[in-house]
Amino acid sequence: METITQINSFLAALVLLTAFGMLSQKRISSLIHLFTWQGLFLSINTAIVGYVAGRHHLYISSILTLSLKVILLPYILHVLIARLKHRKDVETVVNIPTTMLIGIVLVIFSYHLTAPVRELSTFITRSTLAIALATVMIGLLMMITRRHAVTQIIGFLAMENGLFFAATSTTYGMPLVVELGVALDVLIAAFIFGMFFFQIHTTFDSLDVDQMARLKEES
Amino acid sequence: MTQVTLTPLSLASFAVILLIAQTAVVSILIKNEKLMTTVCFCLSAIASFAATAAGVWTVSLGTARSAIMELGLPGLPFHLRLDPLSGYFLVLIGLLSFFVSIYSIGYVKGFLGRRPVARLCVFYNLFLAGMFMVVLADDALFFLISWETMAAASYFLVMFEDEQVENRRAAFLYIVVAHVGAVAILLAFGVMAGLAAGFDDFSGFTFDAMRQAEFPAEWATVAFLLAFFGFGAKAGIVPLHVWLPEAHPVAPSNISALMSGVMLKTAIYGLLRVAFDLIKNIPWWWGALVIVIGIISALIGILYAMMEKDIKRLLAYSSVENIGIIMIGIGMTMVFKAFGQEILAALSLIAALYHAMNHALFKGLLFMGAGAVLHATHERNMEEMGGLIHKMPWTAVFFLVGCISISALPPFNGFVSEWLTFQAFLLSPSLPSPMMKLLMPLGAALLALTAALAAACFVKAFGVTFLGQWRGHNRPQVHEVCWSMRIGMGMAALSCLLLGILPTVFINCMDVVAEHLTGGKLTTSANALGWIWLTPIAPERASYSGLVVFLGTIAIYAIVYIILHVNPGKIHRGPIWDCGFEKLTNRMQYNATSFSMPLRRIFGFIFNLKEEVRLVPQQAHSAFPKKLIYSLRIRDRFWNWIYKPIASTSFWISRKVGRLQQGRINTYLIYSFITIIFLLLFVR
Repeated sequence: METITQINSFLAALVLLTAFGMLSQKRISSLIHLFTWQGLFLSINTAIVGYVAGRHHLYISSILTLSLKVILLPYILHVLIARLKHRKDVETVVNIPTTMLIGIVLVIFSYHLTAPVRELSTFITRSTLAIALATVMIGLLMMITRRHAVTQIIGFLAMENGLFFAATSTTYGMPLVVELGVALDVLIAAFIFGMFFFQIHTTFDSLDVDQMARLKEES
Repeated sequence: MTQVTLTPLSLASFAVILLIAQTAVVSILIKNEKLMTTVCFCLSAIASFAATAAGVWTVSLGTARSAIMELGLPGLPFHLRLDPLSGYFLVLIGLLSFFVSIYSIGYVKGFLGRRPVARLCVFYNLFLAGMFMVVLADDALFFLISWETMAAASYFLVMFEDEQVENRRAAFLYIVVAHVGAVAILLAFGVMAGLAAGFDDFSGFTFDAMRQAEFPAEWATVAFLLAFFGFGAKAGIVPLHVWLPEAHPVAPSNISALMSGVMLKTAIYGLLRVAFDLIKNIPWWWGALVIVIGIISALIGILYAMMEKDIKRLLAYSSVENIGIIMIGIGMTMVFKAFGQEILAALSLIAALYHAMNHALFKGLLFMGAGAVLHATHERNMEEMGGLIHKMPWTAVFFLVGCISISALPPFNGFVSEWLTFQAFLLSPSLPSPMMKLLMPLGAALLALTAALAAACFVKAFGVTFLGQWRGHNRPQVHEVCWSMRIGMGMAALSCLLLGILPTVFINCMDVVAEHLTGGKLTTSANALGWIWLTPIAPERASYSGLVVFLGTIAIYAIVYIILHVNPGKIHRGPIWDCGFEKLTNRMQYNATSFSMPLRRIFGFIFNLKEEVRLVPQQAHSAFPKKLIYSLRIRDRFWNWIYKPIASTSFWISRKVGRLQQGRINTYLIYSFITIIFLLLFVR
């Protein structure tokens, strides 16, 4: 049991590491690679939790995560940036060191926040809840600090990863129906985002979301 | 299928259905506009007549009938009810709508060829249907639906000539005030429904549930004040009156007649319904508040009316005055009822109801007359009129009847109701409250002042418009209006006379309404000297006979006429005596501005005046000016006192809030982020 907890914590650490990696990454293709890795760790973690807790439907979730977040979505994103002939650099609103510092603050904040839950919970995965929450918030932070539309969708997907992680670590996963629904939502969201990007690109000749400020009426 | 028996309620429902069904008639006949207007307004007249009949029937039966209609939201059916109060208002609305519908047949034809009238026909009927439904409604939901139907339909009617900025602005102001009022009414009903049946149950929304409930005094006060505010906004009490002088002049005149004549009365109906039927236990200070507001409205309304030179704005301000008089009557009813003096309460209520009916008739008549003048001259400014009595004799006579009635001169109807109001004032020393003893004489004095000012105001309205010679710069081709308009006005004028000379008959009929609401009865005392003499309390106190005054007037007129015409040589028609000054022009007559000048000097502090006199010097010598240019601008002080601060504050807040919206996704995300962090931190 102790080893299992160790492995679980290690995977959680890797998820957090990839999250920070994404926060600091400047090149967009590397960003997608990091996202792929995060999905992989998540998938392995889900499988292990499923094995330990004896919840077999978690295997299905694991396979779903693997196919969706490790294979399909990264592929779509790669195709997307290739099609859009997108410049490889990621523009940030706030510079990267500051973002990292904010990220660290968020992690500490998450640990502080989940302390009562850790005290009460009996699950082996309880200590990873803080990391899951931190991943969600770092995903949101990424959406805020990045100017580019593709990085924003990656931030969104990273947030979803965090939520999924939180679900597996606190309650041994949501019911399968819910997970299937969420997976489908994410997939459709990715498609819709993709279509939006094409539209934005053709309209503004750029994927910079700042351009969309022009849609607002003059005040 | 159930047998449909003819009851007042089914007759009234028939009227409403007929009005709503006319939207279909309009869409069928839209190709032939001339036929459409005729058919449409004839059907409206029939529906109004049916509603009037239903109202008369209800009042004569003197009992309440109700029905439930399985329409609307599931579990919340529409409740209908006809009791003497709603029956009375059904008569009031139906009667004027009947006259105005006949008048409209001719009036709306004036628009043909200039603009499409289908919209006017549709919303006219919806407007009437809304007003009838308001008085039929017996639950808060149906009441508010009807209320808003009425407001929305009248908004589109005010907007009828929407190419002018001024009209759109007026309509916007109207809808804003109407909505603020509707919100207050909604809250008032909410308070009452919540107290009647608790907040987790919908059954309190019927008026029946509210009637049976006993409200705690403080919540009853909240409900009443909200209702007073809401209905007051619709009725146009000062300081919520600003929409009246904007919306009434720009609407087509038949609509102004209805809005001013009867739509304001639905607010009176609502107030009576809420105060006397639903809440019932009335502390005396509500009445004092209503009286004070009523006196202020009456005085301010007539003073502003006096200053106007736009005939329809003048009439609109005069509506504020009359609503004030009605409010005084209602307030006194509340006070008398609170002190347990049922007969006096009945007297004041009858005075208020009688004045509501009278105002509907004569204000409707005056607006129809103004519409006829507008129809003929295409001019609203009285400074550009004059001498119309020669060109439009019928209209002039009818307008004169309206003016005499509204000035409260016997033998017409305005006198009866104002006289009854004064009687109520004079009987107030019997009240036990020293506060009221102080307030009442002051109120009576101010009401007397108001009545005198009203007379002056309508001398001006009639004199400047119809008498003298043409004052305008250009002389349009003026002709008498068509028959249907004359018939509409004529019937309204005739009913003004009938209500004036036969008050006892009408008061006998109305008594059942007062009995339902106040518990007091007037009939026995009113009829002490037979049906000719109106003696509200006791014959030795006061009595009045409209018929005797009328016959006396006719006799004097006949004698004078005979004396003058027995020898035709006695009357000479010659040029106007010019005091030796040889170059009299039409521009030297008294006009609207000069007529009201003395009052402007006395009451100048009430208005926001900007007076300017400019000399245009002659080139030869400046001591002999070529001409004088005089300009005068009068604004409503309440606009700057109340409305401007509210408007600018809301704009300021909107601009501040608008800054939040940057149009950047990142900024919006930061808002959510901060919200999440905040919630996680503090709302754990």
